[in-house]
Amino acid sequence: MKKKYGVFDIIGPVMIGPSSSHTAGAAKLAKIARGIAGEEPVKVVFYLHGSFSKTYKGHGTDRALVAGVLGMDPADDQLKESLKLAKMKGMDIRFEEKDLGDVHPNTVRIDMTMADGREIRITGSSIGGGAVEITRIDDDDLQFSGNYPTLLITQRDVPGVVANVTNLLYEEGVNIAFMSLFRSQKGRDAMMMFELDQNVSTAMIDRLKKVPSVENVRFIPLSSNVINYPVL
Amino acid sequence: MNIKNGKELVRRCKEEGLSIGEFILKQEMEESGLSREEIYDRMLDNLRVMAFSTTKGVGEKVISVSGLIGGDAYRLGKYLESGKSVTGRTMVKAMSYALSCSEVNASMGKIVACPTAGACGILPAVIMTMKEEHQVEEKDLVMGLFASAGIGAIIAQNATISGAEGGCQAECGSAAAMAAAAVVEIMGGTPDMCLHAGAIVFKNTLGLVCDPIGGLVEVPCAKRNAAGAVSAMTAADMVLAGVQSRIPFDDTVTAMYSVGKLMPEALRETGIGGLAGTKTGKKLKKEIFGDKDGKSKNKMNDDTFDAEKTGE
Repeated sequence: MKKKYGVFDIIGPVMIGPSSSHTAGAAKLAKIARGIAGEEPVKVVFYLHGSFSKTYKGHGTDRALVAGVLGMDPADDQLKESLKLAKMKGMDIRFEEKDLGDVHPNTVRIDMTMADGREIRITGSSIGGGAVEITRIDDDDLQFSGNYPTLLITQRDVPGVVANVTNLLYEEGVNIAFMSLFRSQKGRDAMMMFELDQNVSTAMIDRLKKVPSVENVRFIPLSSNVINYPVL
Repeated sequence: MNIKNGKELVRRCKEEGLSIGEFILKQEMEESGLSREEIYDRMLDNLRVMAFSTTKGVGEKVISVSGLIGGDAYRLGKYLESGKSVTGRTMVKAMSYALSCSEVNASMGKIVACPTAGACGILPAVIMTMKEEHQVEEKDLVMGLFASAGIGAIIAQNATISGAEGGCQAECGSAAAMAAAAVVEIMGGTPDMCLHAGAIVFKNTLGLVCDPIGGLVEVPCAKRNAAGAVSAMTAADMVLAGVQSRIPFDDTVTAMYSVGKLMPEALRETGIGGLAGTKTGKKLKKEIFGDKDGKSKNKMNDDTFDAEKTGE
């Protein structure tokens, strides 16, 4: 099927320049990564692959990535000052060039360490026009765009968890646009990913956390000012 | 967008008695499920960012992060004030606005990608010039943006708007075609005339390669934005005078796409061929990024910090 474009795919996004893929997409990726982490990290290492590693300074990819980790949108006026802001906060930041394997040319792995020592590794690609894809969280391969409010649930791989979770979403009137299920090994850790048409409430997230065998619930709300328009 | 091509767009506009802008807005409502107000206001937000990006570089010297470009919009603004222009007030203003957007973009300022960040100066320059030099009302400017979005969607769906895929003709060429159509609509032209203007722009930008120095969206991109704005306005004037394109719009889009496919990779945003490959182009690249060891007066490292250099 040929790609279809809505009017705001053509006139938009509003963004900090100079490049939709190297700047806006990078900021969006890092902001989603921070959303997955759930809090501001104290230490971040960005492993830059392919075109990202070759041209990142010229396109401000470094500033965009740090801005995203600080929670900024791709259109944030402060994006340009992100390196200074991170330094002021005492955030430990490093950039390294790395071959991440057979991935999109504009790919970055973001390794974050939280204040309590918790670590998380997130890999994503900037696939053009500011659009992105998260492809890996820690050791789990997955795929989501950040174009929808996204719910990530880790659980033990036992029967009934999916049914319980979807039932709760149904009760709150939340419609699921896309969903996927992954597991590392039968009966061990598993992960559910929902891309939703509506945001979920904090109360709902608390209820989801209480579902038997659910270990962790992360909700990534829609980032504003980016291409968040579903491609028509 | 569920409209296949320019021919279908003109037919549908005619059937429903709508301008392209009105038709596209209605189409977007149907396809997105959003209300007219929601869609209109979002486009109005884009117009407001355009008002900022077109004037920032005229009011003050905006210099790119690399230092490669900057201050040219300001120079044109001063020149405009002097009243000594060759092409007249409207053209000089449009050029200054286009340069301003490109400079704002390259300095990591806020812009609207339309259709891309690299070509972000053309449509805003033309729209804001129309506002000031022809006293066009805000709602008509917004409808002009919808018309240009429709043209852009047809180009993107049938060809490409990416420099990496089709060269500069796909980015600045498309932006100028979109802008030309918007001007014709704003000046009261028919949907058919809008497409003639788009076709004339493509005929005049066909074959334009994407050859940025050091891969940065600066040289020659900023001046190509200025040229794109001029090309859009001249095409609009021709069409408003009754001139038609012998090659229909849809065929020019096909031609642009096929020329893009024939372009070697070195001329498609790789920073290798064309101007990027010249002696000066290579020298500038080296000055900005340094040699392989990262030595030399590396402007890109000015405000970076030690953390970046630790690589263990």
